[in-house]
Amino acid sequence: MNRFFDIPSDLQHSWLGLVGLHLREALLPVLAGLVAALPIAQLCVRFRWLYAPVLGVTTVLYAIPSLAFFVVLIDYTGQTELTVMIPLAVYSLVVLVPAIVDGVRSVPQETLAAATAMGLGPVRRYLQVQLPIAVPAIIAGLRVATVSSISLVSVGMLIGNQGALGNLLQDANSYHRPELAVNSVVTTAALAILADAALVGVRILLTPWMPRAARRGGPGPAEERPEPSVPALEGALEDGPQALEDAR
Amino acid sequence: MIRIDTVTKRYPDGTVAVDRLSLEIPDRSITVLVGPSGCGKTTTLRMINRMVEPSEGSILLDGVDIREQPVNSLRRSMGYVIQNAGLFQHRTIVDNIATVPRLLGWGRQKSRARAVELMERVGLDSALAKRYPYQLSGGQQQRVGVARALAADPPVLLMDEPFSAVDPVVRKGLQDELLRLQEELGKTIVFVTHDIDEAIKLGTTVAVLRAGGRLAQYAPPAELLTAPADAFVEDFLGTDRGIRRLSFFGTAGLELKTSPIVAVDATAEEAAARPGGDVHYLLVTDRDGRPLGWSEPAALTAGAVDAGRLLPHGRPFEYGVESLRAALDCAVLSPTGWAVAVDGTGRAVGVVSQQTIGEAIRTAHAEGRRTEAGADARTGDDAGSAAGTDAKVAG
Repeated sequence: MNRFFDIPSDLQHSWLGLVGLHLREALLPVLAGLVAALPIAQLCVRFRWLYAPVLGVTTVLYAIPSLAFFVVLIDYTGQTELTVMIPLAVYSLVVLVPAIVDGVRSVPQETLAAATAMGLGPVRRYLQVQLPIAVPAIIAGLRVATVSSISLVSVGMLIGNQGALGNLLQDANSYHRPELAVNSVVTTAALAILADAALVGVRILLTPWMPRAARRGGPGPAEERPEPSVPALEGALEDGPQALEDAR
Repeated sequence: MIRIDTVTKRYPDGTVAVDRLSLEIPDRSITVLVGPSGCGKTTTLRMINRMVEPSEGSILLDGVDIREQPVNSLRRSMGYVIQNAGLFQHRTIVDNIATVPRLLGWGRQKSRARAVELMERVGLDSALAKRYPYQLSGGQQQRVGVARALAADPPVLLMDEPFSAVDPVVRKGLQDELLRLQEELGKTIVFVTHDIDEAIKLGTTVAVLRAGGRLAQYAPPAELLTAPADAFVEDFLGTDRGIRRLSFFGTAGLELKTSPIVAVDATAEEAAARPGGDVHYLLVTDRDGRPLGWSEPAALTAGAVDAGRLLPHGRPFEYGVESLRAALDCAVLSPTGWAVAVDGTGRAVGVVSQQTIGEAIRTAHAEGRRTEAGADARTGDDAGSAAGTDAKVAG
């Protein structure tokens, strides 16, 4: 058991170092995805006709296997973390854009009319009314994107040890140390669960205005539409990151 | 004064929501826009704060075209109340109410203090200040909506079907509250509703619009009920406009009979001496003079009064305060055909028959016709509108 956390030196990181690296490679893309998704979603809300094509494009991008992405990107960004993170950021859009659009659209008409009638201009209306009310929906999207991203980082091992905890899978194979594979899977799953819990905490902090029943995860405006990929992702997590990649 | 000058709103697809509408909305009064759905009443309201821009014509506020000032400062100078309140669900009650003061650059403290003051004004417990909208009932939310609209003390208040999503009991409370507030504040209120009863109860003047956004009639409620301009208005007013018009006549002039009133501890001789003429029943009251019920004179002389065997007297009307409509209603519902008049403390001051009420109605109608012939009847002189308000509050 003491060899469980004994990480081979070729990875140049302690176990905690790998955890930090993994979180960085998983969360920065989601953050970048969020920053990109906010204006894209706002355009989709403003120009309704744009939403369907945008959804189509994000779905097509999501369908590109990460390996193919890597092959294209490696010419520009080399065997770096960035090569792993760019596809992850792109993948997060498929969840985040609809989440934000639905969230912003869920703001009741009379609330918007009242805001307009009180002399809130479009910018104030977006920042002070639409965005705060969309927070539960946005965080629901972030939860899916984050969990998905944490499990997908492991694929980075394919382009030269850029998979953080995923690299342990390769080492388990090379050094005939199966406990490293177990370590990889268990740690990745734990990170996903902790990140998810942290986001739930953030939502509770940000939305004291939501009815209790909804905050506990019961039926609420933000959670009436469960993301269809959630059960699939959870199932895949239990089988390990590789299985997830295969499933995609 | 808000002057709507031959305004037309035509949408790109060709539908005309408002058609050459002209209205003069006087200061410090409630002007109600009423009509069936699709009559352009909400569109008209929204043109006043430029949420909808007219295709033709202009709207003047105190003689100045509303397009001459920046749109957001115009909107901040007009309170707006909407159906379902439209509260910001992510903000506390106090922050909801403080929205416009904050936009106008008042300090945080000053805005909140003002918000709490307004909560009390609209009848909300200030303990609710830190709550969120989901924790309030529909009626309370609507009160918050009114408080929010009043927060920066705007001279104009635009109300778009504000009370139509609450139940009838709460709605009546909110309507009474609005009339009370208006007595205190004297705002220029433009009120949109599809409910003709609400229009008649609240309006100083009522504009009836017909589908296609054309003005059918613009008149004070009493005049609307007396002289509908055409078949459409008459139809829209419903079948009982004659009865409803009675809301505008007071009961102060009603001739009451006091002889049939007898106290519960009166002797049989006293009771026997009471009835006279056309009164076949006696109204028995308790020692303080509050009505208990009707009794036949013979039953009283036979011995002590058994309160359980009295005929119910029904709801009495408050003499001089409630309208002829209330008095007639009491008489119609009374098992004896006589209405019981009480004073402010609930003591019986007299009884009145349907026949007497009928005579009073005929007199009132005759007087109504005489005043309408007068030159300033349309604008409604002070005495007339004051009496009307009293009756409306009661009705």
